Amino acid sequence: MYRSNVLVCGGTGCTSSDSLKIVDKLNEELAAKGLDKEVNVITTGCFGLCALGPIMVVYPEGSFYSMVKIDDIPEIVEEHLLKGRIVTRLLYQETVEKDTIKSLNKTAFYAKQKRVALRNCGVIDPEKIDDYIAQDGYAALGKVLTEMTPEQVIQTVLDSGLRGRGGAGFPTGLKWKFAAANDADQKYVCCNADEGDPGAFMDRSVLEGDPHTVIEAMAIAGYAIGASKGYIYVRAEYPIAVKRLQIAIDQAHEYGLLGEDIFGTGFNFDLQLRLGAGAFVCGEETSLMTSIEGKRGEPRPRPPFPAVKGLYRKPTILNNVETYANITQIILNGPEWFASMGTEKSKGTKVFALGGKIEHTGLVEVPMGTTLREIVEEIGGGIPNGKKFKAAQTGGPSGGCIPAEHLDIPIDYDNLLEIGSMMGSGGLIVMDETTCMVDIAKFFLEFTVDESCGKCTPCRVGTKRLLEMLEKITNGQGTLEMIDEMEELCHFIKANSLCGLGQTAPNPVLSTLRYFKDEYIAHVVDKKCPAGVCKNLLEFKIDKDKCIGCGMCARKCPVSAISVTDYTAPGKKKPAYAIDTAKCIKCGACIETCKFGAISKG
Amino acid sequence: MKSLAELQAIRERAKANLDLRKENPNACRVFVGMATCGIAAGARPVLNAFTEEIAKRGLTDSVTVTQTGCIGICQYEPVVEVEIPGEEKVTYIKMTPEKAVKVVNDHIVNKNVVTEYTIGTMGK
Repeated sequence: MYRSNVLVCGGTGCTSSDSLKIVDKLNEELAAKGLDKEVNVITTGCFGLCALGPIMVVYPEGSFYSMVKIDDIPEIVEEHLLKGRIVTRLLYQETVEKDTIKSLNKTAFYAKQKRVALRNCGVIDPEKIDDYIAQDGYAALGKVLTEMTPEQVIQTVLDSGLRGRGGAGFPTGLKWKFAAANDADQKYVCCNADEGDPGAFMDRSVLEGDPHTVIEAMAIAGYAIGASKGYIYVRAEYPIAVKRLQIAIDQAHEYGLLGEDIFGTGFNFDLQLRLGAGAFVCGEETSLMTSIEGKRGEPRPRPPFPAVKGLYRKPTILNNVETYANITQIILNGPEWFASMGTEKSKGTKVFALGGKIEHTGLVEVPMGTTLREIVEEIGGGIPNGKKFKAAQTGGPSGGCIPAEHLDIPIDYDNLLEIGSMMGSGGLIVMDETTCMVDIAKFFLEFTVDESCGKCTPCRVGTKRLLEMLEKITNGQGTLEMIDEMEELCHFIKANSLCGLGQTAPNPVLSTLRYFKDEYIAHVVDKKCPAGVCKNLLEFKIDKDKCIGCGMCARKCPVSAISVTDYTAPGKKKPAYAIDTAKCIKCGACIETCKFGAISKG
Repeated sequence: MKSLAELQAIRERAKANLDLRKENPNACRVFVGMATCGIAAGARPVLNAFTEEIAKRGLTDSVTVTQTGCIGICQYEPVVEVEIPGEEKVTYIKMTPEKAVKVVNDHIVNKNVVTEYTIGTMGK
């Protein structure tokens, strides 16, 4: 029996800042002090506060050490684990209040969160099935197989109001019901873990921190629709998730929680992993299934829907990782419990990956209906460097932006659609006043042009033409007519594309046009980029009266565009410098160098 | 796995270590003084005896065993404080692993303070 547990985050974020070396060092120090039989070191999944990684929590005290360095380990072992003196200096400072130390759950980042899908992330060791079982793992599968009929399972999921967390928000129970209604000799349960939106990492964190919850939920789904086989389609770029999923599948096999005659009920279910090569289109359901079949990942027209003819032309359900992560809790706590959270039409919680210009980059789970303001300002800790909030992008390349005027809108599927964005899988990128909205639209379009599979013309050619127009605008060659043309093309692409990729690709353009048309106009009429991002529209200038003639900028300039003039400002000792705009490549190096604020761009 | 009972057995086995990772404000708390003076006087075996005994009795979800620093009465180490919510804190002195087992049994389980080990007996 261990007297103390040290949890170290082994998610991708913390791993990349060397958390696994911290684990090694901890074990080494503990062994040296003879504490290795008393203190247990556990590598967990993501805690969510990725901005403060590597993260380490010591129980039973619940001390939260942030940004831990390898050099800190001997001190933490000696002081805290041996002598019981918490190293206050190294704690996450928000948990330290005068002489007392606050619980992690009372900090601004965690207090407003409600963790359902992430309940085990940062608590259990994802590579130990026993840890998962201790948290009521596989109890839902046991309950379903021994006490419920498949119809009851589907009804429970329907009653809970759970909607697909992949983005579109289709009722999960309904999907299951359709698939169950189709008779076939073989049906399939698939999991979409092909998380491709730039800036989104919710699914990765669930897979890394709690892989069994997905496996258990897929077995439940298999029972509900009458399927005995399942596939998890996960991208190969998630090596930690792939590794832990495989370990989890093997352990579940070993315990007989996958395989034949589970719990002695005669129910058989087996799972396999399929690795995706990272094409964005493979997150679209028909492409994903085509890819599982071993073919090139391209969409096909629907109907027939997957519930009728899916994988290998058999009835199939395909749900997202986060959707599955909610299932066991709905079974164990009842649909009423789940439906008590959220808004009228969007029940439960949603995980968001907070990124961009925000203090606490990381993973948060909040009840549906939480306002964007609460997420950005309270949980996210606001915008760094005292900058002003401009907009938040949800839904990645398929979504749109939410401007400051809608900060107080309760976030759910329907409200977001109404204001021209969408829930998407949960990426939430915060932008401040230094972000150019035309540039953002261009960024997402570049992504969709790259990722368009090329099967249908509206998407393949349409997005390319759209991007060309955006490039012209950001280069200062745009016209007002071009903006109207662009809008028309957007609607055309949306209406005519074969799959979700093309149908949603114009959203970033449409939503920035809707809320930030003035920025587009500034680009085409005044040939200016108000946020100072689009290089071709910028001009760097030295204020000759502020310049003290030190020459620092001239030395930094990589293209020797800055030279001394013969003008000396009153009160200055040396002549001022000036920029030759013809030579200037607008790299910004001079602005960063000037200590006197004499250089401006605009 | 052929039955729910098997699953239940694994859960019971694995639960104790996980309870340690939960914050329970209503838990009974045992503080073991683990400063240099405490360690020198033998606080670590005492700490481990508490942990073992509480796990053995399946009390991990209602009792938290925590280390603490020096309380200031170094001549009486190992010092252990037991805090049951709603009751006055009890300070035990000159603890041993054997005494720890008795404190768990008498005080924590049966709610009878082991008076002869407390700081009140000091000098008697």
